[in-house]
Amino acid sequence: MSLLLIVALPFLGALLPGILNSAGRQACAGGTLAVTLTALIGLISNIPDLMAGEVITQRFEWLPALGLNVTLMLDPLGAFFAALILGIGTLIIIYGRYYLSRNDNMGEFFTYLLLFQGAMVGIVLSDNILLLLVFWELTSLSSFLLIGYWKHLPEGRQGARMALTVTGMGGLAMIGGMMILGQIAGSYDLSVILQNREAIQSSDLYVPALILILLGCFTKSAQFPFHFWLPHAMAAPTPVSAYLHSATMVKAGIFLMARMWPVLSGTPEWSFNVTTAGLITMVLGAVIALFKHDLKALLAFSTVSHLGLITMLLGTGTAFGVLTAVFHILNHATFKAALFMSAGIVDHEAHTRDIRRLGGLRHLMPITAAIATVAALSMAGIPLFNGFISKEMMLGETLETQLFGPHWLVPAIATFGALFSAAYSFRFIVHTFFGPKRDDYPGHPHDPNAGMWFSPALLVTLVVIIGVAPFLVEPLVKSVAGAVLGGVYAVPDYHLAIWHGFKTPLFMSIIAVVGGLILLAIHKGAQAAWDATPRPEAKTIFEGIIAFFAGLAEKITATLHDGAFTRYAAILSLTITALAGHAWMTGNSGGRVFEPQPMTEVALLGWVALVAATLFLVFKHRDRLVALILMGIIGTVVSVGFAYFSAPDLAMTQISVEVVTIILLLLALNFLPDVTPAESSAGHKLGNAVVAVLGGLGAAALTYHLLLGDFVQNSISEYHLANSYKGGGGTNVVNVILVDFRGFDTFGEIIVLGIAALVIYALTETLLNGPVRARLLNRVPDKPLAGDRHPTMMVVLTRIMMPVVLLVGVYIFLRGHNEPGGGFIAGLVVAIAVVMQYMASGFAWASDRQRYPYHGIIGAGVLAAGLTGIGAWFTGHEFLTSSFGYFRIPPMEKFELASAMGFDLGVFLAVVGAVMLSLESFSRLARRAHVPDSDYPMDIDPSREEETPNQEGAA
Amino acid sequence: MELLVASAIGILTAAGLYLAMRLRTFPVIIGMSLLTYAVNIFLFASGGLTVGAPPILSDAATYTDPLPQALVLTAIVISFGMTAVVVVIALGAYLGANDDHVNDLDEKEGQA
Repeated sequence: MSLLLIVALPFLGALLPGILNSAGRQACAGGTLAVTLTALIGLISNIPDLMAGEVITQRFEWLPALGLNVTLMLDPLGAFFAALILGIGTLIIIYGRYYLSRNDNMGEFFTYLLLFQGAMVGIVLSDNILLLLVFWELTSLSSFLLIGYWKHLPEGRQGARMALTVTGMGGLAMIGGMMILGQIAGSYDLSVILQNREAIQSSDLYVPALILILLGCFTKSAQFPFHFWLPHAMAAPTPVSAYLHSATMVKAGIFLMARMWPVLSGTPEWSFNVTTAGLITMVLGAVIALFKHDLKALLAFSTVSHLGLITMLLGTGTAFGVLTAVFHILNHATFKAALFMSAGIVDHEAHTRDIRRLGGLRHLMPITAAIATVAALSMAGIPLFNGFISKEMMLGETLETQLFGPHWLVPAIATFGALFSAAYSFRFIVHTFFGPKRDDYPGHPHDPNAGMWFSPALLVTLVVIIGVAPFLVEPLVKSVAGAVLGGVYAVPDYHLAIWHGFKTPLFMSIIAVVGGLILLAIHKGAQAAWDATPRPEAKTIFEGIIAFFAGLAEKITATLHDGAFTRYAAILSLTITALAGHAWMTGNSGGRVFEPQPMTEVALLGWVALVAATLFLVFKHRDRLVALILMGIIGTVVSVGFAYFSAPDLAMTQISVEVVTIILLLLALNFLPDVTPAESSAGHKLGNAVVAVLGGLGAAALTYHLLLGDFVQNSISEYHLANSYKGGGGTNVVNVILVDFRGFDTFGEIIVLGIAALVIYALTETLLNGPVRARLLNRVPDKPLAGDRHPTMMVVLTRIMMPVVLLVGVYIFLRGHNEPGGGFIAGLVVAIAVVMQYMASGFAWASDRQRYPYHGIIGAGVLAAGLTGIGAWFTGHEFLTSSFGYFRIPPMEKFELASAMGFDLGVFLAVVGAVMLSLESFSRLARRAHVPDSDYPMDIDPSREEETPNQEGAA
Repeated sequence: MELLVASAIGILTAAGLYLAMRLRTFPVIIGMSLLTYAVNIFLFASGGLTVGAPPILSDAATYTDPLPQALVLTAIVISFGMTAVVVVIALGAYLGANDDHVNDLDEKEGQA
């Protein structure tokens, strides 16, 4: 089966449990199982090629520009982990089927589980480290969902958050590390990186890269000082703990260290960091595990300890260390998953996991007791079980390892850890299953049905088989170790066997087991001493740190954003000005290139008009109507300026937008006060003025510099000018850019415009249906209404003008491709024509004659533009590629038809619809306010002479 | 010529910023409109100032840069949409609370 399919199957299959959920628990679990089994079989189908010494690869381009490609690789290491993930996954699904109660949503659970499985398989099969990072983050996310699966439990939620925070931050660090590594090697493909050992290790950036990657690995694999999240993740349902937090996910960090071993290991930095972290974790986890009363907590800390052991082995940097690590990964996965499942069975049946309330279960649940005992003995390192062999190899390896000076230190610490490891294993067995039967269990413990004990039973069978006949797995372990070593060292010539004669490791093992038994005997006293010793609680520290940063963030936010918009605006402008000033001082701007062009009288005249209007506006802005008039002047000058500087399209757009904007603001001003009261103190105004002048100076300086400097890179405009007619079939380059070269941008923009109009419509509706409505109805206008609301002159004029303006609109639209004009401008012109009718003849009259709703026009516009774009697909081109041709209908001249016309029509419709919908919404507010809106187009209000409402309010 | 355009942008920016820091919604909206002018002219000017060479293909030898024009054209239209949204929000706030201050009431003393 193709590698891509193996990775994709769990993701695709994740849809199944949700669908099958309603078909019953059996179908749901069955579907999940089928997915995992298929992926497993697919993996196995690749084994023959693998055994022939091939490395199977598969490659698709994804984002080649970023170096991010879907490159998958299956080598013995990847296959080993993938088999663990899918194999144990299969067992977990069977177990989970019986573990979950009827109240649990099984579909949700298995969906998360399959997502996790896919991400995990993705990690171990990735050849591209960026792809690997994507999957890495996915495991953190799916693990978050799984830990928090029981959403009603606060521990579950807290544990999930903690796990996500810790592993997520590690993931971020690792992204940095991987980036550095990719930069050094010149490729993000593992196969290339692994060939560049010398280049990477001699690079100055090796140490930062190493530390960042190790941060990712250590957080994921719960190494000291990041070990604390794992025990809290035990709030998850037990199948999750067994799967993610003992057999697979926490081994992702280990996997990555193994994967990167050929390029990263062998340096003092690697040995020191990895070995030390592993050693501390191993001892710390073992000691804490002994004193935990919760079965799962005990197992969690023991997992921490064993992960430390494997990390330490990888840290030593020798071939034998790698061999032992690989073997122990296999062994730990078998016995620890079995132990977790046994603990889950005990919890399920006895309704408690508190070891103090258990004991004597051997009589009530013999099968479970047998399974758990075998697995725990293996964990303790008792001969005939697989844990013994790898643990003894580990102790042997420590004899060769030297750290912090003395030769005996590492072996002594390792033995000490192994001693505690034996002790907690014995405690797990004895305190849970041995001793007299009790009569105060919270539940009624008995062996569960076979579905539940099948999975752990299968695993302990493996424990025994490997323990008795380790040579069976020797080829596997050696080929995986060979893949880890990556040719840096040869695979050591060592035979996995139970008996290696009376050598030092054997005596160390004996010390550990005997010491463990003694420790169990004096457990009560030791526990009391432990409880009495004050020690830092990781959870409290973690929460303290989080609270500190949350408080800090809150404080900064409260200082900067205290709810005063004025303040944000000032802070923002000052910051931008300061940053720009910094860039100005330090940056290299390339110097002047052009001579300034001479000033012309026309330009000077425009400048004077603009500056005068602006200054007048600043000083007179309190009178809002005057402000609007001045704004109109500014807009007009701007549009004339566009025309002057060779931008006829912009000039036409600006002037028509100006018209609709002023109408819009007038409509708004109808409701707002006419005058802005003077509130700011002189000092405050001065401060604002300083900020504003600084910003203005900055903008002016920047523009001046820009205008006299040349482009840093060649502009792409030449291309547009050269290809506008050839490729786009139009001579108006601006229009061709809009509808063709950058048609996708324009498509987005008309959608944004449409959304803005719909937002306005929705807000108006909300206002009209809320308490504002009553206010509007009772509102007394603060100015006297005009005597003739719909002046005859204006009505007549606008109606005569309407067809003329429409014709102009059509003309502007049609010529847009070759001459100034186009959909945007035509849309605005037509909108103005319609608005004139509203203004002259009244809302009621105009909307009676409005046949199509403006929403529909916006929609039709977007649809027309989109369909034109899709049309290109049928001619085998990409979305929005335009095509054109020349046609001739006899009596007329030859004319051109371009598909861009359809697109421009869409733009036209969307603009008309959006502008009209916005303005109409505003005028709807007004209509509600002045209740009697006559249906007659030309009406004179005779009552004006009799009563003039609210004359004092007129300004 | 460049100085004229640059100073016009500077003055529009300064006026826009000053008005954007006023305490009522209406001047703030006017200020943002002024800033829109400034930004649009700035973007437009990034293509250089050319008189009498519109980007309409003909027999002419030179054309002005068409790209900033295309960008600014949509920017002008979009800015209308954005102004309209801000105005309706301001209007809703005023009609709902009979108050057109932009700042939260608690902070008003400090600003007034």
